[in-house]
Amino acid sequence: MEEQRYVVFLFPSVSYALKAEKILKVARIAHKLIPVPRHISSDCGVCVRITEDKQQDVERELLGKVEWDKVLLL
Amino acid sequence: MPLDQLNHPIIYFDNAATSWPKPAAMMAAMINYNELIGGSPGRSGHQRSLDAGRVILETREALAELFGCDDSLRIAFTKNATEALNIALSGILNPGDHVITSSMEHNSVMRPLRYLESQGVQLSVVSCSGDGRLDTEDVRAAIRPHTRLLVVTHASNVTGTIQPIAELGEIAGRHGILFCVDAAQTAGSLPIHVDEMVIDLLAFSGHKSLFGPQGTGGLYIREGLEKQLRPLMMGGTGSRSEFEGQPDFMPDKFESGTPNTIGLAGLGAGVRFVLTERVETIRSKEEMLTTRFLAGLAVLPGITVYGPPDAANRTSVVSFNITGVSPSEASLELDERFGILCRPGLHCAPAAHRTIGTFSQGTIRFGFSYFNKDEEIDLALEAVRSLAGGDAPH
Repeated sequence: MEEQRYVVFLFPSVSYALKAEKILKVARIAHKLIPVPRHISSDCGVCVRITEDKQQDVERELLGKVEWDKVLLL
Repeated sequence: MPLDQLNHPIIYFDNAATSWPKPAAMMAAMINYNELIGGSPGRSGHQRSLDAGRVILETREALAELFGCDDSLRIAFTKNATEALNIALSGILNPGDHVITSSMEHNSVMRPLRYLESQGVQLSVVSCSGDGRLDTEDVRAAIRPHTRLLVVTHASNVTGTIQPIAELGEIAGRHGILFCVDAAQTAGSLPIHVDEMVIDLLAFSGHKSLFGPQGTGGLYIREGLEKQLRPLMMGGTGSRSEFEGQPDFMPDKFESGTPNTIGLAGLGAGVRFVLTERVETIRSKEEMLTTRFLAGLAVLPGITVYGPPDAANRTSVVSFNITGVSPSEASLELDERFGILCRPGLHCAPAAHRTIGTFSQGTIRFGFSYFNKDEEIDLALEAVRSLAGGDAPH
């Protein structure tokens, strides 16, 4: 079986990540808030981790509601 | 009726300064934060920090719903409406800019504007009528080619006079002028919709009609405007920590330092109370109380009432004077003999008192809340009758 791949959404600040979390909870999309991995950014905030196959769903839900900085493969 | 520390009944009519009592849920939310959360929001990734951030987000979302704002992140929290107004005024105005305001403003608007005037900002203070109303035609006439901002209180803290905010917003918008509204007296007690009223900057107090604790307030900033607005303070925001420059995005640009999370937990509960009860219901109750008080005062001898004659054109604030009794003497008597708590004097709004002709003595100000009762109004009317030397009705 192929190993599950993850992507992370990075936001301007924790306020944005928490707003995204609230939207994803309502949309029932599985996600996890995790500290921003050091190899991605030295920022001390959190990001939203999802499985790669959900990336488009998440982008559709967040578009126009909360802005994100970038999406990266873990 | 609530009791004071000596178990005497009190009637709290100083709600225009700060509301009391608060909904029970406000205190419960603050205790819940302190007992079960306690973390610093936006600073770490651990669960207590995230829970603290969620508390603040919920408060922001409740306020966004109340003000008809699409994106809750357009609201920055401050310690009060004064700080919000200072960010708005000193953040947007530069020497050479022209700003228009009314003669009914509180010192939270007037003092920053007078300071900015000393720094080269041109200021026009448009006179209001004797009952505190700002005429939109006078505002139109004051507009100059380089007018940058119109700043007006939604309702006077002295007379309760409600200004025609939607019309003013429309005028400002049509002339390309930014519109800042001081909603200290109205957020939670009158409907506010930032888009319908064409408001660019909305400063609000958390501890009056939004039923939050003292030390809470905020500023709504229209999308894109945050780029032009200088912050009052800079510092740690938990975001972009690797850079030494202040973030330029909402709300971080204006929220440096650890916020008043426990206070914002309480404010969230207060705003949810307002949303559940509905602003229209709150307004209707306060209007009834005000009508009852105004009708009672009208038949008393030796009383002068200021502001619009009709409760429909004012908030639940009534300023009045008793012939032969100074406001400070009257308020002391009301407190000591009748347990009625109100505020005498100038109410931090000397320009407003000049407008209504009560400078420098001031007035006695009663401010009613959703939690006041008809019986309290009736007892207060009896107390005022007694101070005015009138006979009790037979």
